[in-house]
Amino acid sequence: MIQVREVTKRYGAKTVVDQLSFTAKPGQVTGFLGPNGAGKSTTMRMIVGLDAPNSGDVLVNGRTFASSAQPLHEIGVLLEAKAVHPGRSAVSHLLALARTHGIPRSRVDEVLHLAGLEKVAHKRVGAFSLGMGQRLGIAAALLGDPAVIMLDEPVNGLDPEGVLWVRNLLTGLAAEGRTVMLSSHLMSEVALVADHLIIVGRGKLLADTTVADLVTSEGVRVVTAAPDELRAMIGGAGVTVTSSGADSLFVTGRSAREIGLAAATRGIPLFELTPQNASLEEAFMDLTRDAVEYEAAR
Amino acid sequence: MKITPGGVVAAEWTKFSSLRSTWITTGVSVFLLVAFGMIASASFDRGGADAVGLALSGSTLAALAVGVLGVLLGAGEYTTGMIRSTLAAVPRRLPVLWSKSLVAGIAAFVMMTVGSFVAFALGGAVLNNAVAGMSLGDDGVLRALLGAGLYLGLVAVLGVALGMLVRSSAGAIAILAGGLLILPGLAILLPSSIADAINPYLPSNAGSAVMALTHSDGTLAPWAGLGVFALYVVAVLAAAAYRLKKSDA
Repeated sequence: MIQVREVTKRYGAKTVVDQLSFTAKPGQVTGFLGPNGAGKSTTMRMIVGLDAPNSGDVLVNGRTFASSAQPLHEIGVLLEAKAVHPGRSAVSHLLALARTHGIPRSRVDEVLHLAGLEKVAHKRVGAFSLGMGQRLGIAAALLGDPAVIMLDEPVNGLDPEGVLWVRNLLTGLAAEGRTVMLSSHLMSEVALVADHLIIVGRGKLLADTTVADLVTSEGVRVVTAAPDELRAMIGGAGVTVTSSGADSLFVTGRSAREIGLAAATRGIPLFELTPQNASLEEAFMDLTRDAVEYEAAR
Repeated sequence: MKITPGGVVAAEWTKFSSLRSTWITTGVSVFLLVAFGMIASASFDRGGADAVGLALSGSTLAALAVGVLGVLLGAGEYTTGMIRSTLAAVPRRLPVLWSKSLVAGIAAFVMMTVGSFVAFALGGAVLNNAVAGMSLGDDGVLRALLGAGLYLGLVAVLGVALGMLVRSSAGAIAILAGGLLILPGLAILLPSSIADAINPYLPSNAGSAVMALTHSDGTLAPWAGLGVFALYVVAVLAAAAYRLKKSDA
């Protein structure tokens, strides 16, 4: 569990994270979304105590992270692929982290295997591709068998096979009851794995929602033989019906089911009855557009 | 599975020993110490020299090399981004600084003590005729050789502390070289009464006192000198600890 409570972070005069609060719960994947520069990375750095908030606080599994007796078991993080000395081999890097906690060598081999890095385990990390660096970062995050896994842009630079691997890994970890949080600036990436969405813009919380709720229904497109008769039937308070052609209507405020049932009672033939959903990408753009425009207007 | 002081030290040793640059810098330090000791022992035949002083002629350059070793270990965390992984594993932070200093200090002490003894042995073998040969049993010889190891071990710790404080290799090396090599040169420019008072307390002069076989007027007593140098190291360590604890990584 990650609890971010009223956190504000300023760098000089610039407020990067502004009164941000949210909770990432165990057993689900929380997607942390926002345009570039929205304060996602800064927030994640504050969660593991690399940066101190100017106000507010962060709890990991109900405690302040710095006071933990076994930090790697509390939370495993991938912050940037570059949080590694390029002169060291993958196995030495993991071993150095493991030794702080007395984690056995066998666990290092285990996560190397899990990340598919066995063949390059003794190669210098400086020679790694971006994708291999990401795999190493994820291996490091899993090292301490953590209750919380937090990954910053984990699929950056991964090939399609790697993207699929991360997706399955994360859903598997959440199914084991762990808290999983991943950030991204691409909605399409996150929608496939996340149950819960935290959307930020300019450091502020824009939405704390679920994928299902975000895909709001825009309306229903109806093509029928008797548009005028149907229009009269389904009209009412909060319902708008516009006609978009000789035999087609666009209805908001009534579900496709309600329209279908109403038509059936009068025996009105329907040729098409299509709920129109805004795509996640559009919903995300709508939410964050304000944040971006706000910046441009300043 | 729990974070322990011993674990953090073991981790820092793993980091230390798994970098090629560590072994290169350590090797260079030992080489400089031994090579310059031999060259000076073989060729320096003017008065005022003793066999130990000649054998340890390379200590100034060796100090620079072990100092750079310490800086690379300390500042390298920041220049590579490794510090984020390090502190996510050890969020209390300070154990990292203590462990890194300990590992660098002990490693440099061991290697440089060995280097001093080798320099003394090989220097003695090629010693020119104008200087009297000495053995380990002679007054002050053991203290000077061991002192050289201790001084150079402390220089490595100073390097670590400067690296963690400044967070940039170039900056920390500049400060290190300035403090150890350039400061004594600048002191000469002061009026001689002031220079004489300050000179013995400058970091490298104070630290070198422990390597001098005979105690002359312008220097501190051997262990007092090393103590003064240790105080410099402690001060920089304290500053590094403060920055590590208080500022964002």
